[in-house]
Amino acid sequence: MTIETPPAAVDKFARAFEKLSSDKSTSPEWIKSLREKAWSAFSNLGLPTKRRGNELWKYTNLRPLADLEFSYGSSGSVTAEQIKCAGPWDDAWDTLVVVDGKFSSELSSLNGTTGLRATSLASAIESSEGDVESQLASLAGKEEYAFTALSTAFVDDGAYVSLGDGSELEQPVHVIFVTSGASESRAVYPRLLMNAGVGSSMTLIETHLNLADTPQFSAPVIEILQDGGSAIRHYRVQMENEASFHIGTTRVSQQGDTDFTSTSFAVGAQIARNDVHTLLDAPGANCTLHGLYMTNGSQHQDQEISTTHAKPGGSSDQFYKGILSGKSHAVFSGKVIVMRNAQKSDANQKDLNLLLSRGAEIDAKPSLEIYADDITASHGATAGHVDRDTLFYLQSRGVDEETAKAILVRGFAEEMLNEFEPPTLFDFVERVTDERIPVLLAESDTIGTA
Amino acid sequence: MLEIKNLHASVVDVEDSEILRGIDLKVSKGEVHAIMGPNGSGKSTLANVLMGRPDYEVTDGDVLFEDKSIIEMAPDARAHLGMFLAFQYPAEIPGVRPWQFLKSALDSKAEARGEDKMSVRNFSKLFDEKVEAVGINPNLVKRSLNEGFSGGEKKRNEMLQLEVLQPSLAILDETDSGLDVDALRIVAEGVNSMRSPERSFIVVTHYQRLLNYITPDVVHILVKGKIVKTGGPELALEVEKDGYKEYFAAAGADA
Repeated sequence: MTIETPPAAVDKFARAFEKLSSDKSTSPEWIKSLREKAWSAFSNLGLPTKRRGNELWKYTNLRPLADLEFSYGSSGSVTAEQIKCAGPWDDAWDTLVVVDGKFSSELSSLNGTTGLRATSLASAIESSEGDVESQLASLAGKEEYAFTALSTAFVDDGAYVSLGDGSELEQPVHVIFVTSGASESRAVYPRLLMNAGVGSSMTLIETHLNLADTPQFSAPVIEILQDGGSAIRHYRVQMENEASFHIGTTRVSQQGDTDFTSTSFAVGAQIARNDVHTLLDAPGANCTLHGLYMTNGSQHQDQEISTTHAKPGGSSDQFYKGILSGKSHAVFSGKVIVMRNAQKSDANQKDLNLLLSRGAEIDAKPSLEIYADDITASHGATAGHVDRDTLFYLQSRGVDEETAKAILVRGFAEEMLNEFEPPTLFDFVERVTDERIPVLLAESDTIGTA
Repeated sequence: MLEIKNLHASVVDVEDSEILRGIDLKVSKGEVHAIMGPNGSGKSTLANVLMGRPDYEVTDGDVLFEDKSIIEMAPDARAHLGMFLAFQYPAEIPGVRPWQFLKSALDSKAEARGEDKMSVRNFSKLFDEKVEAVGINPNLVKRSLNEGFSGGEKKRNEMLQLEVLQPSLAILDETDSGLDVDALRIVAEGVNSMRSPERSFIVVTHYQRLLNYITPDVVHILVKGKIVKTGGPELALEVEKDGYKEYFAAAGADA
């Protein structure tokens, strides 16, 4: 892989790295060494750019990010009211709030739930709590990937969630990553490190919010380690402002007989990437990676979804739906690798897109890399417009054209919205969708015309 | 109620695609007209042109509904006037529940007519009553509109919508195709129960079968885009016995 490094971009990050290193000179040795190694990896890699041979970034141009000037001021201030207005909130949930990359104990709302350890990642790092030293950056940070290297170089704070063996939580744990309002642009690298003990189960919600209207850069990294027999129902809501850059990375490793079921809802950012990898590391691990993305204007949304079947008898189901309007661009890059001994695996990939305008573009490339001979697999991708016959059907019943279009777009999103089980969360994504559809339709030009 | 005058229609943007070649037809209040014809006669096209399907364009003539020309109107505006088309192949619409969709349809109609919208409570009551009346499986209407419905279920669902929307002119486009006798009876019962001096029907069909259950006031034979014969219910029986062959000559030498 050939990667060009725009020197200005690395310089900017270098100054910040020097500052962090001097601010954090008393951190435990293991974390200082982790940061140094990651920085050295990033400074060799640089920001990825769109050029021949760089398949991972073929469709996503990061030049606007490379050109952005960041400031490295302290965290801004955010009120509880602002957070409750901007994103989903439920008092019954255990909520951890991370503002500009820093855990906020004032804004977090923890209910002392039995079996759950939920705290600031900074304190877990400083006290080398539990298995933090061996787990942090064990899934994300060692690979040759610029943004996990960058995040690990700046690893400092975020949320730490540990679920005890056999604990089954009734209410979701919600982690909110929020960027405060600011006139200058910030770069933030929040992290969530989470482990689920043997036979445990819980619902995890992550929400990415942005209270600024200026361009911000957020590169959150989520690492989830699942012990045998555990089950996680995961939701991800991404609502950054439309000037911002969001490069999210999720890495999950699953032991035997685990379930990781995830649904993402992505509507925000100028350039957004949702990079998810699940490693089915023991027999009988199952993952479901679903999501809905909606784009308009000049937004760019990139879903980089991959699963490695390392052991036999696992299943993976990747299913994404996109609604695109204006001159927006979306990418679905789904990859499933079935290793040689991962017999009896089942892998399915699907990406369905509804294009509402001529200027919108989708690049969908589902791919299967199979080295085992006894597996079942399927993959497919489609891009279509709202069907004229269907539109006529609705209109013939008296529904006006605009409402009919909205009904059809909403109908397309419905099955993904229905996956959001916690009622408060469902109401939130439903409301955002219903507000978004007229915006998408205002930039639409391909339906209802001859 | 409905007056069709020298109606000519073609497929949009396709040259020499004229399908309706001069249709004259008058439907008075409370009448049931059957339009019969062989495949390719244009009977389905007529039903769709009346409702304003954008695939067709009217090239000559006019259609008056309650003395107003409707040929420039959007399909939803025609529905607001009281017209309804039961589709031969109802669209499958994933993610859209019949309840929601019918409420939107009624709301749009009320809004266009400057009437009050029906409350959710009253609508739910009406909807449940009609679901029972039409004999549609209540679990089915909780699913996506027509998705995974059998042919018979789709037609029952068309009847459900007809019952809820209560149009003054209902056009049934080969509603009988693909139905077994039981389903056919349900469609016919639906139509018969809705017959009233204020409501008219146009029943488009290939076979006489449906007309065993719905007795029309007038029967028209449509061949090659023209009405070649008009008569009473006995005309349907003649067609059943002798077929359409003898009518081709009447449709013109170019047919």
